Amino acid sequence: MRPPEAIAIGCSQGSLHALRVILGGLDRRLTQTLLICCHTSTDVSGLCALLASHSTLPIVEARERQQAIGGTVHVAPAGYHLLLENDRHFALSVDDQVRYSRPSIDVMFDSAADVYTCDLIGVVLTGANSDGAEGLARIRRRGGVAVVQTPEGAEAPAMPRAALEQAGADYCLPLEEIAPLLNRLCLAQPLR
Amino acid sequence: MSTPLPDIELERIEVDLFVSALKRRYGFDFSQYAPASLTRRVRQLMHVHHCDSISALTARLLHKADFVTQVIEGLSVPVSEMFRDPLMFRALREQVLPLLASYPRINVWQAGCAYGQEVYSLAILLEEAGLYERSHIFATDFNPAALKRAHEGIYPAKDAQLWSRNYIEAGGSQSLSSYYSARYDFIRLHERLRKNITFTNHNLVTDKVFCEAHLVLCRNVLIYFSNPLQDRTLALFRDSLVRGGYLCLGLRESLDFAPAAADFTAVDASQRLYRRKLQAPSGEHDASA
Repeated sequence: MRPPEAIAIGCSQGSLHALRVILGGLDRRLTQTLLICCHTSTDVSGLCALLASHSTLPIVEARERQQAIGGTVHVAPAGYHLLLENDRHFALSVDDQVRYSRPSIDVMFDSAADVYTCDLIGVVLTGANSDGAEGLARIRRRGGVAVVQTPEGAEAPAMPRAALEQAGADYCLPLEEIAPLLNRLCLAQPLR
Repeated sequence: MSTPLPDIELERIEVDLFVSALKRRYGFDFSQYAPASLTRRVRQLMHVHHCDSISALTARLLHKADFVTQVIEGLSVPVSEMFRDPLMFRALREQVLPLLASYPRINVWQAGCAYGQEVYSLAILLEEAGLYERSHIFATDFNPAALKRAHEGIYPAKDAQLWSRNYIEAGGSQSLSSYYSARYDFIRLHERLRKNITFTNHNLVTDKVFCEAHLVLCRNVLIYFSNPLQDRTLALFRDSLVRGGYLCLGLRESLDFAPAAADFTAVDASQRLYRRKLQAPSGEHDASA
């Protein structure tokens, strides 16, 4: 398997702890574009600042018309859906909420799946609703890889559970094992 | 025989054909909309109208002339609140209205007014500043159904609580409820707020300068446009504004990348509040002088 081009992460209730564990465990050599959609924050620049001290990679709020950058974590702004254009530029929308959420994980996953197709890893973490499940299914249909946090160990199990029910997963792991898996998948050398 | 095309490539062709049909058959031009959101809305239309494919949606659009109204409504998805982003409205109240007060007549253009929540918010701001009597608000949209709703000024009562909080945060001096009457599950904005508002059709993609404005608001519209269309629209706003007039964009929109940026200065960059320069940028011919 060739290394993916991007990793898209969706999380909701309990996300601060979960993101700290994952971003702290990522290998700083990663060249993938990281996208995060997190429901819980109304202050995304504050969230970025909170996560920055734990993250091995630079972390920024995604901006309209801006290019998605490899080796950087981009967080969806509060109150806007985050989408990607085919040329890897970000686009925002204030369309209706999806599953009571804006930003919605489904919207971000759908859009990322359209752009990166099979070169994408989708990750669903802790959360108390079912956002992300449909989007994860689309990622799998396009040939991408699905990773879901084990519901039993999640602070809020509903979201990973819904993802498993609707999309299934290629990997279902406890929080602590997700970053090491992503490192393995992303740094793997293609076989020749 | 050619190889099968991946779904995603097929869908791109279908969306292109849909956009082309809409333009050639009905004159609505979405070809310069940013593709990601447009594709999402077209998919939604397909599901809502129980079509098996985007091509089936296109066929229906071509052959059933009355279907276009629903398609346009589905493609414009007007979502807003009264006093959305209250700090922006506070900035208008505190930094812009006192300066507009020096004009004998004040023209305000809200481009892309959708269901009108922000138009009525503006009317309230102007009234509280004692300026409404000499102001005129031109509220435009390309979606006739949205304009009709905006003109009615009727909204679900369940939204009023959030809007009241926004209003107070925006520096409101009354209670928002003094501007509407509530009946059953709806609120209706008072007729007097509508007195100096003209609701009218204008399409930012195809139409030209609309009026001579002292303040232009266009919030969360540009995010749906491609870069060239954003640039064109911002130039249109510049040309509509008097020198020293104000421009207000959505909180995640920016003037920075557009050529028209040279003609504006930031009044409050965090609230996306800009002012057209009093002088033309050096070396440029001033057509309005």
